[in-house]
Amino acid sequence: MRITEHPILEFLRGEEISFFYNGQELKGFEGETIAAALHAAGVKVLGHSHTMHRPRGLFCAIGNCSSCLMVVDGEPNVRICVEKLKPGMRVETQQGKGSLK
Amino acid sequence: MKEIEVLIIGGGPAGLSAASAAANLGASVLVLERDELPGGQLVKQTHKFFGSKKQYAGDRGFQIGNLLIEQCKTSAKVEVWTNTTALGIYEDGVVTAESQDEHVKIKPKKIIVATGASEKMIVFPNNDLPGIYGAGAVQTLMNVHGIVPGQRVLMIGAGNIGLIVSYQLMQAGVEIAAIIEAAPAIGGYLVHASKIRRAGVPILTSHTITEAYGQESVEGAVICKLDENWQPIQGTEQDLKVDVICLAVGLSPLTELCFQADCRMKYVPELSGHVPIRDEYLETTRPGLYVAGDVSGVEEASSAMVEGRLAGISAAYSLGYGLEAAPKLQEEALAELNELRSGPAGHKTMKGIMKLMDKGEVVC
Ligand SMILES: Cc1cc2nc3c(=O)[nH]c(=O)nc-3n(C[C@H](O)[C@H](O)[C@H](O)COP(=O)(O)OP(=O)(O)OC[C@H]3O[C@@H](n4cnc5c(N)ncnc54)[C@H](O)[C@@H]3O)c2cc1C
Ligand code: FES
Repeated sequence: MRITEHPILEFLRGEEISFFYNGQELKGFEGETIAAALHAAGVKVLGHSHTMHRPRGLFCAIGNCSSCLMVVDGEPNVRICVEKLKPGMRVETQQGKGSLK
Repeated sequence: MKEIEVLIIGGGPAGLSAASAAANLGASVLVLERDELPGGQLVKQTHKFFGSKKQYAGDRGFQIGNLLIEQCKTSAKVEVWTNTTALGIYEDGVVTAESQDEHVKIKPKKIIVATGASEKMIVFPNNDLPGIYGAGAVQTLMNVHGIVPGQRVLMIGAGNIGLIVSYQLMQAGVEIAAIIEAAPAIGGYLVHASKIRRAGVPILTSHTITEAYGQESVEGAVICKLDENWQPIQGTEQDLKVDVICLAVGLSPLTELCFQADCRMKYVPELSGHVPIRDEYLETTRPGLYVAGDVSGVEEASSAMVEGRLAGISAAYSLGYGLEAAPKLQEEALAELNELRSGPAGHKTMKGIMKLMDKGEVVC
């Protein structure tokens, strides 16, 4: 959920753009991270662990913990908490460890 | 290969203060910051700071950050590379980094590591469910991106970070189910605690979390009371329906680069984990490599800024800059650090630093 009014901060959001989450079209703002846009859209489960298949979500939001790896425009293992959203981006849930084509 | 006199890794309050201090004495400085913006933890902090006027107490965290960034921007001697992560420090002194998808090499004369700290985790069943965040992540989502993490939050930890982030969540319109703290007393400043209690949020001391539950993400948490030996008391369990659990249980120094650079390290609980052994002027056991800020022991922004300044002055001085001015500036910075650490919280840090430098126990 996005904050619309805040007593101290003002959020200068970029232009509204569309991107694709597992093929589904979602809206976000240019300049924010992919994680922020997915969160605002209510997507909390970003993937599953390799062996135990436990759900994985955002934990540190600053690129420290690798809990948020997804496939972005075909590239696996992208930390979406620090990767910026771009128009038309394809963001997909990663299966397994990922491989480069 | 990029050559530079002083390379600073990390653009938080420590790194930025180090940069302007070294540049003021005449050294040319390059700052590497992995984030898009420098400022470190400060950019997320909307509350007014404690500390002395000299360290900008009374200003809000992000305002202090902006001031430090401005100081660096106006100095012709400081270059800041953002979106740049330092990857390694090698035997021959070369530092490698990833900068905007490129692999770059840097050959500095002196290095200051100011990488800050990362969030600690605690152990309980299902602590890996989505919806469980470090306090820093909640701050980033909320204060940088303007997004709330959920609707109802259980905050774990009643130190300053737990209290401040709870208050910030409330300002953003999120409900706090409770703040729990395993210790018998609130660790943070009472001003923050009373603001929260006045708003009707319970702060439960001697309480811990026994489990989180939920299918794909957090749906609730069970908490219970602890006896004086920190053991759970049967029958005191409470079930809280929350969709977010926020961990504010401390930070540990982000010292991977120091380990990798072969600095001698020591485990010092008072400084929150493994920290590099260093002298009074913050030089580690690897000559020419300095540390400053949370990476050398978790403290606060105020001391991080002074440590940064001290490391910056010392690095420049060792290159032959400020031969007249530097010793006096070093003494001033050391005196300021002593003053900052003269309170009860500072006593712990002093004890830690004494252990680190093998100087025995502090007497006071
Ligand atoms: C909620 C909260 C409230 C606080 N309130 C106060 C307060 O009231 N008063 C006070 O004095 N202090 C306060 N603090 C503490 C203060 O913010 C920190 O102690 C301070 O930011 C530490 O500064 P630093 O420069 O060491 O680290 P940081 O601010 O963490 O900065 C480190 C920087 O290094 C970068 N980095 C890390 N690794 C790399 C790498 N490999 N390559 C490139 N860059 C890298 C990071 O991105 C970051 O920008 C608070 C902290 C929090 C979380
Ligand atoms: S959430 Fe930790 S790396 Fe992205």
